[in-house]
Amino acid sequence: MFRAESFGYRHPVDRIADVWGPRTPHGRGADWPARVDQQLADGVSESDVDRWVPSACVLCSNGCGCDIAVKDGKIVGVRGRAEDLVNRGRLGPKGLFGSWQAHGKERLTRPLVRRGGELVETGWDTAMDLVVRQSRRLLEEIGPLSHGFYTSGQLFLEEYYTLGVIGKAGIGTPHMDGNTRLCTATAAAALKETFGADGQPACHTDIDLCDALFLYGHNMAATQTVMWARVLDRIEGPDRPRVVVVDPRTTPAAEAADVHLAPLPGTNQALMNGLLRAVIANGWVDHDYVSHHTLGFDELKATVEPYTPQHVAEICRVSPAGLLRAAEIFGTSQRVLSTVLQGFYQSHQATAASCQVNNLHLLRGLIGKPGSGVLQMNGQPTAQNTREAGADGDLPGFRNWDNPDHVEELARLWNVDPLTIPHWAPPTHAMQIWRYAEQGSIMFLWISATNPAVSLPELARIRRILRQDDLFVVAQDAFRTETTELADVVLPAAMWGEKTGTFTNLSRVVHLSEQAVAPPGEARSDLDIFLDYARRMDFRDRDGDPLIKWTDAEGAFKAWQECSRGRPCDYTDLSYDKLRGSGIPWGGERLYTDSVFPTHADYCEDYGHDLLTGASTTPTDYKARRPDGRAFLKAAEYTPPPEVPSDDYPFIGTTGRSVYHFHTRTKTKRAPELQKAAPQPWVEISASDAADLGVAEGDLVRVESSRGGVEVPVRIGRCRDGVVFLPFHYGFQAANELTHTEWDPVSKQPLYKLSAVRIRKV
Amino acid sequence: MHLATYLGLLHTSLRSLAAAFREVAKGHGDEPDVQHTCTVLASRIDAQTEKLGPIVGRYGEDREDEPERLHTAEFTETRSGGVGLLRDLQDLYALASFTDITWTVVGQAAQGLRDKELMDVVSSCEQDTARQLAWLQTRIKQSAPQALIAARG
Repeated sequence: MFRAESFGYRHPVDRIADVWGPRTPHGRGADWPARVDQQLADGVSESDVDRWVPSACVLCSNGCGCDIAVKDGKIVGVRGRAEDLVNRGRLGPKGLFGSWQAHGKERLTRPLVRRGGELVETGWDTAMDLVVRQSRRLLEEIGPLSHGFYTSGQLFLEEYYTLGVIGKAGIGTPHMDGNTRLCTATAAAALKETFGADGQPACHTDIDLCDALFLYGHNMAATQTVMWARVLDRIEGPDRPRVVVVDPRTTPAAEAADVHLAPLPGTNQALMNGLLRAVIANGWVDHDYVSHHTLGFDELKATVEPYTPQHVAEICRVSPAGLLRAAEIFGTSQRVLSTVLQGFYQSHQATAASCQVNNLHLLRGLIGKPGSGVLQMNGQPTAQNTREAGADGDLPGFRNWDNPDHVEELARLWNVDPLTIPHWAPPTHAMQIWRYAEQGSIMFLWISATNPAVSLPELARIRRILRQDDLFVVAQDAFRTETTELADVVLPAAMWGEKTGTFTNLSRVVHLSEQAVAPPGEARSDLDIFLDYARRMDFRDRDGDPLIKWTDAEGAFKAWQECSRGRPCDYTDLSYDKLRGSGIPWGGERLYTDSVFPTHADYCEDYGHDLLTGASTTPTDYKARRPDGRAFLKAAEYTPPPEVPSDDYPFIGTTGRSVYHFHTRTKTKRAPELQKAAPQPWVEISASDAADLGVAEGDLVRVESSRGGVEVPVRIGRCRDGVVFLPFHYGFQAANELTHTEWDPVSKQPLYKLSAVRIRKV
Repeated sequence: MHLATYLGLLHTSLRSLAAAFREVAKGHGDEPDVQHTCTVLASRIDAQTEKLGPIVGRYGEDREDEPERLHTAEFTETRSGGVGLLRDLQDLYALASFTDITWTVVGQAAQGLRDKELMDVVSSCEQDTARQLAWLQTRIKQSAPQALIAARG
């Protein structure tokens, strides 16, 4: 409920109906006014609350600062922090209702092990003994390559770093990744390709300062509601920014836009090449900036030259006038902020298209300046930390796996032989980890805080892999999920509010989330579980001392600070004490204010790739280009997507998000308000397609791809003709029964937005 | 002048290489990245062959069967499993290297002949061949440890 009295609103607001809450308009350059949103359990008033424990919300990547309400040792609600730079007191519906209500419901409180085909409760010693026995046996028989770790975008930095050290220096396996592969791998990849290292250049304040806002494949109104409230406040205030939205659906964001471009799914690269061509052809390029701070302009210009408005219109099925209008807004606005998300990241040529957004900004020199920049968005709340701390397919501290000096630094820090740290090829991406498991060469798979049996593509295949007799699966979660039901050992984990740690949002703002209550039963923090495994495995450094030298979250944070020292994501200026006030960004408010990019060969996170094939650039070739602080204008031609509609499967199916649910609903389905708002999956189709199919709103239809099918009711509207949309959150009639095992060549992010499907009335 | 012989050799090697990429794509459908990338690269090799058309029109071509021999020896059928994938990619690497050096030889002739058009064709096709080799090397390096150490069967 919106706390009405303090800020002049007389009536409480139903935040299920009004997901963005009341407007507090502000003009360009004005501070975004505070508005404190609060939700307490029925019958609990503010005066009943014993303690407010500072934290930040973990139900999207915005990372809104909040306080957790505690009464009698239980979490009873949440309120936004007015002083936090990210949200100025606001919370979205997921934060208000979904962040705290699941804590007491249907939790895992004891470890489970599979006996005679059934999961049965047991103690920690029995469960961990089993895990350690399997782990030891496989290390002896086959070696580190038998082990894979598949983690999350929802743990804390301290947990990822600990897991990263265990995997990379304890076991020495390259097979570590997070479900961040599914949500933000392309953000990281596009930033690395263009700027040399991960890290979001822009900040939230740029929304307050921009003259134009571009949303590329980003339904911000549903995925980051508080961020969108900030945009709406600009739109309703004086000097409103012009808004351009690229999305095949007419989302609420698209409805608020001055220009809405709805390209056919799979054609983003053609559209971006068209925008770039128009900006170049109209002379909106800052040639001085380009010549001093970038590499590759001539190749980019030549590559985009064939993408005339007419040619782009034919490929993307957008109007040439709309394309030119969007290019004009980009080319003539003084300050431009761009955001990019799944419509680009989970589509064909994901990294290539996302790099073109960076290119547009570089061509005009609109980066690292107030009101101008790029947010290659994250999806999950702590995805940035998975990437920073090396729990995914990267080395910790944005280090370059192909740079022996970086590997040596880590080896020194951890006091291990550099050969222990796998660096003969890029760390294995999630889709390949699952492939190795399918082939039987990964036999030990530890899944933490994620539910791949709902979130990965082609679920029939994923279930088959998880059921393989020769694959030992450990699943670590707060609840029983579709995934834990297929595991051999299930470890009960503490949730947000039940443990302490830090995490970093989509604009690099780090928050400390402190423990408010004890975990239920025997549940333990993910950090404690990883530490227990390390202790039982007896991982040692070169001097025979324990490899992991910390025992709690703050100790892990300090160890991470040392690891980050001197790297782009340097945390050494932060501390738990400093973070007790409110969120603080690493790297300053904006990156690249001096137009110097982290592309020096000895500093960069990656030597880059060919955008078409994903071929790695060799160190020799990279050094020969002498980037030395200049950004790369990487170009790519458009290629047709791997799956297109056919006579048998005439529609393009895309998956996405509901404003009321997060990921696979483990938390949000346990919040009655959210569950009631969106209890079951659906398929959304255009009015014209519905008429052709002879179906009406609410009719049950079967949606099928060559991989599988679901039966769901129809919703009419929002999609362009020929395109249908399914929310991916649900574990029943799951959208990912339809999706295919296919990924972007550079970021390795699966192509969820492109499944050829057919529809018939049931 | 023996340029016609080399243009024939190049022409045949491009055809063999495109066919080999398509066979590997077809045989390794369970590796979606291999399937997709091989298909994309095969169609780009077709484009190289087209660029060669006007050059052949000018200088003629004498066909030799050497790349065909290389191709048939290696690609009667694709292999399976981790090591099988590795071997198939390695064969593609050998074929692509053959094409690469053939382009180099033709490029040298183009310079001797001061044939600007042929030089431009060689330059763009050499870049494309470098891309094939770079991708093959990346994918082979990624697969090798798992295939040789941990794979079963």
